[in-house]
Order: sequence, then C-alpha cells, then structure tokens
Amino acid sequence: MKAELKVRDEVVRERIGLTSNYAVAYAVKDVDVDVVAAYPITPQTTIIEKIAEFVANGELDAEFIPVESEHSALSAMVGASAAGARVFTATSSQGLELMHEILHITSGLRLPVVMATPGRALSAPISIHGDYQDIMNARDTGWIIIIASTAQEVYDSIIMAYRIAEDSRVLLPVMVAYDGFLMSHTMEPVELYHEELVRRFTPRNRSRPRLDPRNPITMGVIASPDWYYEIKYQVINAIKESKSVIKEIQGEFNKAFGTDYDVVEQYRVDDADYILITYGGASTGNAKEAVDEARRNGIRAGVLRIRVLKPFPTEEVVKAIKDAKAVAVIDRALSPGSTFEGPVFNEVVAAMYSQGVSVPVVSVVHGISQRTIFIEDLYELIRELVEFKNTGYFPRRTMFMGLRA
Amino acid sequence: MKVYFRNIRELPAEERYGPGQLTCAGCGPSIAVRWLLKAAGDDIIVVNATGCIEVTTTSFPYTAWGVPYIHVAFENSAAVASGIEAALKVLRRKGLTDTNARVMVIAGDGGTYDIGLQSLSGMLERGHGVLYVLYDNEAYMNTGIQRSGGTPHFAWTTTSPVGKVMRGKVQRKKDIMGIVMAHHIPYAATANIAYPIDLANKVRTALERLNEGPAFIHVLAPCPPGWKYPEEQTIEIARLATETGYFPLYEWDHGKIILNPPSNTHLDKSRRKPIVEYLKRQGRFAHLTPEDIKEIEKEIDEYWDYLARLVKAFG
Ligand SMILES: Cc1ncc(C[n+]2csc(CCOP(=O)(O)OP(=O)(O)O)c2C)c(N)n1
Repeated sequence: MKAELKVRDEVVRERIGLTSNYAVAYAVKDVDVDVVAAYPITPQTTIIEKIAEFVANGELDAEFIPVESEHSALSAMVGASAAGARVFTATSSQGLELMHEILHITSGLRLPVVMATPGRALSAPISIHGDYQDIMNARDTGWIIIIASTAQEVYDSIIMAYRIAEDSRVLLPVMVAYDGFLMSHTMEPVELYHEELVRRFTPRNRSRPRLDPRNPITMGVIASPDWYYEIKYQVINAIKESKSVIKEIQGEFNKAFGTDYDVVEQYRVDDADYILITYGGASTGNAKEAVDEARRNGIRAGVLRIRVLKPFPTEEVVKAIKDAKAVAVIDRALSPGSTFEGPVFNEVVAAMYSQGVSVPVVSVVHGISQRTIFIEDLYELIRELVEFKNTGYFPRRTMFMGLRA
Repeated sequence: MKVYFRNIRELPAEERYGPGQLTCAGCGPSIAVRWLLKAAGDDIIVVNATGCIEVTTTSFPYTAWGVPYIHVAFENSAAVASGIEAALKVLRRKGLTDTNARVMVIAGDGGTYDIGLQSLSGMLERGHGVLYVLYDNEAYMNTGIQRSGGTPHFAWTTTSPVGKVMRGKVQRKKDIMGIVMAHHIPYAATANIAYPIDLANKVRTALERLNEGPAFIHVLAPCPPGWKYPEEQTIEIARLATETGYFPLYEWDHGKIILNPPSNTHLDKSRRKPIVEYLKRQGRFAHLTPEDIKEIEKEIDEYWDYLARLVKAFG
C-alpha cells in the first residue's frame, strides 16, 4: 500500500474536485492540443468554456475557433488535423447528429481527431437530459468509442485517446463518451498528473501524412466502385486491429500512472451466476451497489462494464459471461424497430454467436432521458434473472424499466 | 489590385493542375482552376468543395493536383479551410512547422450561394486568412444542371424547367458579392476566365492581403452542357458576359469599390454591348420572349445603378 502511494506521489500533480467536463478540459490542456473548435450545446458546453478560459489565460497555447455550428466544428477539426495539428472538439445530442456526415469522413480520411461527448437524449421532444441515444447513433461511423464511468476515467481516457488515435497502426478518430449531467456536471475527486509526464506519454506522431506544400498529397478523393470497397475495408480492418493497440496503450498507461484499465471492467464477475452488463457512470455505479446487495442476500451477482464500445470487446465480453446462469444488458439508448430495442444487447448477442456461446441474455432499457435508475430497480432485476433461471422462462423482448404504464 | 503579371507570358509556365482531369471539353471551371494555380504559386493548400471540379480531378488512384489538396464535403469548405489556417498558425508558433503556405478554397456556386453560405459567413466573420474562390457556373452541374441561388433569372435548369406555366428560374441571381462585402473583409473581387491577367493579378493581390483577413474572388466560369452552347465558345461567352454588363469586373479593397476594365466604362450604358448578344448564344435562354429580354435588361440596368451608387459611396 505504501509503495503504491509513493508511485501516486510521483505521478500526481494535484487532487481536486472536477466535473467530468472539466476533467476533459484539463486533459486537453495537459496533452497540449493545438486547435480546438466547438459549438455550445448542453451538457457539453462547460468543456469548451473551460478550454476557452485556459486559452484566454495563456495556460494552453492553442487556436480556439468559435465556429458557427457543430458541422463546422468537426469540419475545422478535419482541416486542422489534416494540416498536422493535434485537435479537440466536443459535443452532445443534436450537435453530434449535425456532425454525422463528417463523422464518417473523419474516419474515412483516417484523421486522429479526439472528441468528448457527454451523452444526451435526442429530439423530438427536446430533452436536455442525459442518455446514450446520440452516442449509439454514431456507432457505425468508424470512430473508436470509449465510454467512461468516472471523472478520473474521463481525464485518463482523453489522454489515452490521443495516443490511440495518433498511433500509426490506428489513425482513427476517438470519441470519449460519458453520462450527460450525471457525470458532466457532477463533481468528483480527480488526480491530475504532472504535465511533463502526460506530455511524455503522448508525443506527437510527426510522421503521419499531412497537407504540406513540400510534399503535396491529395486527400478526400472520389473512388470508383473498383476502389471504394477496399478503402472502406481498411477502416474496418484498422478499427478491428486497434483493439490490441488500445490494450497495449492502456497497459503502458496503467504502468505509468498506476491505474487499472482494460477494455471491459469486471466487478465481482469471476464467480458470478448473474451478470449485469452496463456502460457509463450511473447505471454501472448503481449496478455495483445492487450486486453488493444481492451478494449480501446470497445471490452471486456481478457487473461487466463495457468500457470500449468500438471496437467491441467481443472475446472479453464472451469470456466474462460464458459461465453465467443469466445475463441482463442494460441499455440507456433505443434502437426503434429492431428485434430488441437495446443497441448494446444486440452487440452482446452477436458477440456470443461469433464465439459459439449461448447464455440466456435479457435486454433491458432504462435511464432514457435520465429517467432515474434506482439501485432497487437493478437489485430487482437481479432477482428477476434468478427467477427467470428457476422457471426457465426468459423474456424474449426488451424490458422497458422505469416506464410508466 | 496590384499588377504582378502584365501579359500571359509572365504567368508561370509550370502546370500545377492536370493533366488527368476529366472535365467536359470547354469546361469553364477547369480553365479557372488552371489560372488560379498558376497565379497562386507553390506555397498553397487547396480546399475544394464537392462539385464538378472535385469529382473530375481526384479520381483515385489519380490526381490532377500538384499542390496539397483536400476535399471534405459540399457545404463545409470554408470551415475546413478555417481549421487548416488555424493549424498552420499555431504549428508555426510552436515551431512544429516552418511552412508559410496559404489556404485557398475553390468552391462552386451551389457550395457557396446555398449550402455553404453558413460556413463561408462564419469564416469571414472570424477573420481567417483564407482566400475563398467561387467558380460560378450558375447551377449545380455535378448533379446534372439544377438551379442554385447563383442561377440567373429565366435560365433553364432541370429544376427550373421551361413549361406551360413557368419559364425557367423564377427568382433573380443572389448578390453574393454584396453578402461577402457586408462582412467588411479586406479584399473581394469579381473575375472572369476570359480575362486571365486580371484574374491572376486579383489572386495575387488577394493572397497578399491574407495576413489582414479573408479574401474572396467570384469567378464567372461558363459550362457548355449546362448553358447549352458549343464547347469551343466558352471564352467568347464568358467575355460577352462582361462586355454586355451582365458580369461586371470590380474590386472591394479596404472598403473602396473599384471598377476594372472593361467594366470601368460600363456605367455609361452605351458602352455596353446589348444583353441579347449574350443571351442568344445560350440554349438555357432559348425560350426567352422579347419581354423577358427586356426584363433582364432592366435588371442589369438596376444592378449598374446600384453599382454606381456603391462606387459613389465607396469609390
Ligand atoms: C449535403 C449534400 N447534399 C447534396 C450533395 C449532392 N451534390 C454534390 S455536388 C452538388 C452540386 C454542386 O454544385 P456547385 O457547387 O454549383 O458546383 P458544380 O457541380 O457546378 O461544379 C450536389 C447537389 C452533396 N454532395 N452533399
């Protein structure tokens, strides 16, 4: 314990209270970002306000472009990244939807743009409150998507995101998502690392292709049917292959900063009969509490949190749940018109199929537009899983928890 | 404008554009791009909006571009250019690059008057040192000749057809120069591919001004299939556009309006060729009645009236 404290002393500059949004801003400052462009939208706004303040005070030497829309924010990031700069933007909800076209283009051009996205419900009706519908709509755009569950993890993930995105084996944009409001606006203790250590961990990749008159290249071409498919396949391949790079970089980060990240987080999963699969802050935190309660009552339960959503950690998820008696996937997003309306549920089922594993899995939706997820809800869910197991009857459709009749 | 080139022989001999581009024979925009790149020199990064030029010059694995080039989408070239300009600025400051490259947008009328207007306005308002060149072929040509905000009154396009009830485009052409000048940028100008020396000098002048802020050049660039004339007549028709007063050549330089030759004599209507000379050469106007032509003439006179007042106020 003592030795560990010593390590922390060596790496930690200060421990302060931060919202997840401010944690993002500090990470952006610590990795020395060159160009930031963003447009205000709740619950993202306080990120760029803080960054604007850093720039205004000379604490971060960056160009801050106060663009006229999110579409232009991401477009400016594409331009700046193509010119060789390290870039950052952030958005939520409608802003992420307005960027959608450029999300595909960013990955297609293989640009290491990093973006923070506190999740928020989508219109109509307007809701400023947190869930993950916006994030899930971005899941087929070729971006690496990390979903953090604490402000510390948000800070750490942004730092890692630059290493991952700019790695020559990857060269893909990275999105760091987390709960709107429940994290974006909630203060937690965060350990900030010494700036020089963060910078040493995130050196710029100066050898990636860039727009340079001394070595002209053409970016953003038109491709005939004879070429398009192969070029897009390279994106598929890059994101698939990125999992091992992500694990490698996480390993290095864990060693350098004394953390313990993996592509999934396991809480009392080892011997669990009943597993809740979650992502993000609130559902995971409450799921852990519910699991503790279940354990006190003699039910062997656990939580498996998806930390890296894309590339989906297929092997890790299946390995963690393959011996369980029943599993529930708690989605905070909707996939209307699908057989099951929980998007991550569909990923989990596909993952099991790919590994030839079959475990009873239940699709649960909760926390839409920040509808409160109570610990008792999740405890009750675990009890239901036991019940399903005992009766052999598993619901074959999505359970909409917290929905008024 | 400053005079950098006095005649065609003084333009650089090197070609930074093509061969290998796939535009139609007689393509006005393609001619424009050739002059633009000759005038701009080596230290340039081009941002291109989606449109004819982009799809005909970057057909993977070939490229017609001898300078760094990026295309991202249709509506965002000004935003992309803003990002590049900001990146070069900060990278120079941090000692991470030593290039002095300037950024030049090349975008069509659709990408400028319509879908890209927001990002253009944002870029101008924020004052990025970017040269934005609008090549105006007066319709969405890449998607097969649909009307844009730059399409002139009465012109036929596939979405402003000539039928029993409507005869061509119902609305007038949008005053893009007025919109741009309203942003009070250091330099804006109109140009025409039929006057390449004027065009090249305006490009150089604009690039010189970029340390003060954005510059804008509106280049008229006729399209043989879209305007329906034989492809060898592109330059003749372009020249008629200016000689008839339809497309005046002028500059906005630090709040001053300057008419350039031959438009500098055109405040006097008798020095302009009759508009019918321009209209009758193009199939897109083939359906015009004498009244329609009168109406167009009246609109051009009104525009000259407006220009005269601008010259008086800002000359
Ligand atoms: C968001 C979006 N809407 C529509 C299109 C289809 N599109 C591609 S090019 C184009 C027209 C371009 O017209 P213009 O800017 O005038 O250039 P030109 O083709 O005449 O060179 C259109 C409508 C697109 N690429 N993106």
